[in-house]
Amino acid sequence: MQPFVYLRQSQLADVSADAKFLAGGTTLIDLMKLKVEIPKEVIDLSALDRPDMHEITQTDQGVRIGALVTMADAAEHQLIAVNYAVITQSLKLAASQQIRNMATMAGNLLQRTRCPYFRDISYTSCNKRVPGSGCSALHGINRMHAVLGASDDCVATYPGDFAQALIALGGDVETTGPDGKRKIPFGELHRPVSDGPHRETNLRRGEMITGIILPPEDYRRSLYLKVRDRESYEFATASAAVALKLDDKGTVADARIALGGVAYRPWRASEAEKSLINAELSEAKAAAAAEIAFREARPLSHNGFKIALGKQTLIEALLRAKSLEV
Amino acid sequence: MRQKKDGPFLNRRALLAGTAAGAAFPLARGSAIGEENAAIDPRSKFPVMLNVNSQTFHLNVDSRTTLLDVLREHIGLTGTKKGCDHGQCGACTVHANGKTVLSCLTLALAAQGKDIKTIEGLVGANDRLHPVQEAFIRHDAFQCGYCTPGQIMSAVACIDTGAADERASIREFMSGNLCRCAAYPNIVDAIADARQRRES
Repeated sequence: MQPFVYLRQSQLADVSADAKFLAGGTTLIDLMKLKVEIPKEVIDLSALDRPDMHEITQTDQGVRIGALVTMADAAEHQLIAVNYAVITQSLKLAASQQIRNMATMAGNLLQRTRCPYFRDISYTSCNKRVPGSGCSALHGINRMHAVLGASDDCVATYPGDFAQALIALGGDVETTGPDGKRKIPFGELHRPVSDGPHRETNLRRGEMITGIILPPEDYRRSLYLKVRDRESYEFATASAAVALKLDDKGTVADARIALGGVAYRPWRASEAEKSLINAELSEAKAAAAAEIAFREARPLSHNGFKIALGKQTLIEALLRAKSLEV
Repeated sequence: MRQKKDGPFLNRRALLAGTAAGAAFPLARGSAIGEENAAIDPRSKFPVMLNVNSQTFHLNVDSRTTLLDVLREHIGLTGTKKGCDHGQCGACTVHANGKTVLSCLTLALAAQGKDIKTIEGLVGANDRLHPVQEAFIRHDAFQCGYCTPGQIMSAVACIDTGAADERASIREFMSGNLCRCAAYPNIVDAIADARQRRES
């Protein structure tokens, strides 16, 4: 790790370009040890005089989750568990108990890719680390890499689970920074690969997430299905966050779909959602939606299986959601 | 000194002055606090106060020092082990305010104000082993023993939080503690047994 100045304050100061915010530390400290992150200043947020950043509250606009709430606390919270099952499940299926106890909800959204070529600086080519240097994974060992939303510039997978549940439901993030407060639809937080792999989010210098707003309507008929190489403590090979609203006749009134483990950034499958509206959700209909969701998928040398696996995961998730008793 | 009372942001000068006056959180030695941050040498030693196993320790550490390294190298509590040093193996698991955390991904400076408990802190009166430690011995729940302190810290929390009711929930709770000797079945047995004895 490179030397840095540690700052821990009740109020935030102007933030230099070489500063990083520290919350749970499970991503940042790890990447600092790997010298992927080399901040000159580390600003520990834990002592900020912002009780709202540590609370989960019901507001008029929906449930608000403070940015510094831990994954473990959010996973156990009844306000979330009852009405947003997909979020609770995405949290419980992520990481290990120790990491859930440390990692915060906003930090979780901002976690970096697990691409081994990004995490190992002995690989000189990584457009995320060194813009313009190329992508070692494109023709490397890319079994865990993205089939959706990637380009020749970067084929890294966004690794998180909670982000998929959040983008499916259409939540917002609240931020504060030198330019004041603002609210960003979560679907617009992460940039497409065409903006440059090193520019992952639309957060500005010194801007940080203070809270996460869930939509006011509940999504009881929702679930997170995660397929991985081992049963626990592993990133998704493919996952699906699904929420449905069915009318009295059982036809689909609202469908929300996001896909994890297969895409460059948190990935909502809007066209697949639309294909289900006003239809009865049969297995054939779910399969057709899965085809639409992966229509643009582009396989690499080692990850072609993710297209079939991703489709099957989505079909299974949709059918399970349909049969939920809520 | 605060220039924007309403907002969360202060300018850098006000921040540093506030730090020097408040001194609630160690930033750097007093002499290193200047008007501009550049005055702080990041290679300085920073004062840190830690509460470990109900004892208070005052130390001076490099900002890069992890809680794990402070425990082992500065305080001399070598029960907590360093495995991967990247938060993947769980060998360094300790309790912070009663919850399991990875000491290798925790900066010592960021651990201030928390009650840290290590494997050494589990021992009861008259050096009696903790019931979970006894259960691990009874069930032969380790082979080489390197991961065992971390396993036991997680196991204690597993039982305390009610996650030890079923074998499946034990396995899920313990999945962040790897055992390359693969003593997993016996570890689950030990936890289930310790939990049952505590209930009865």
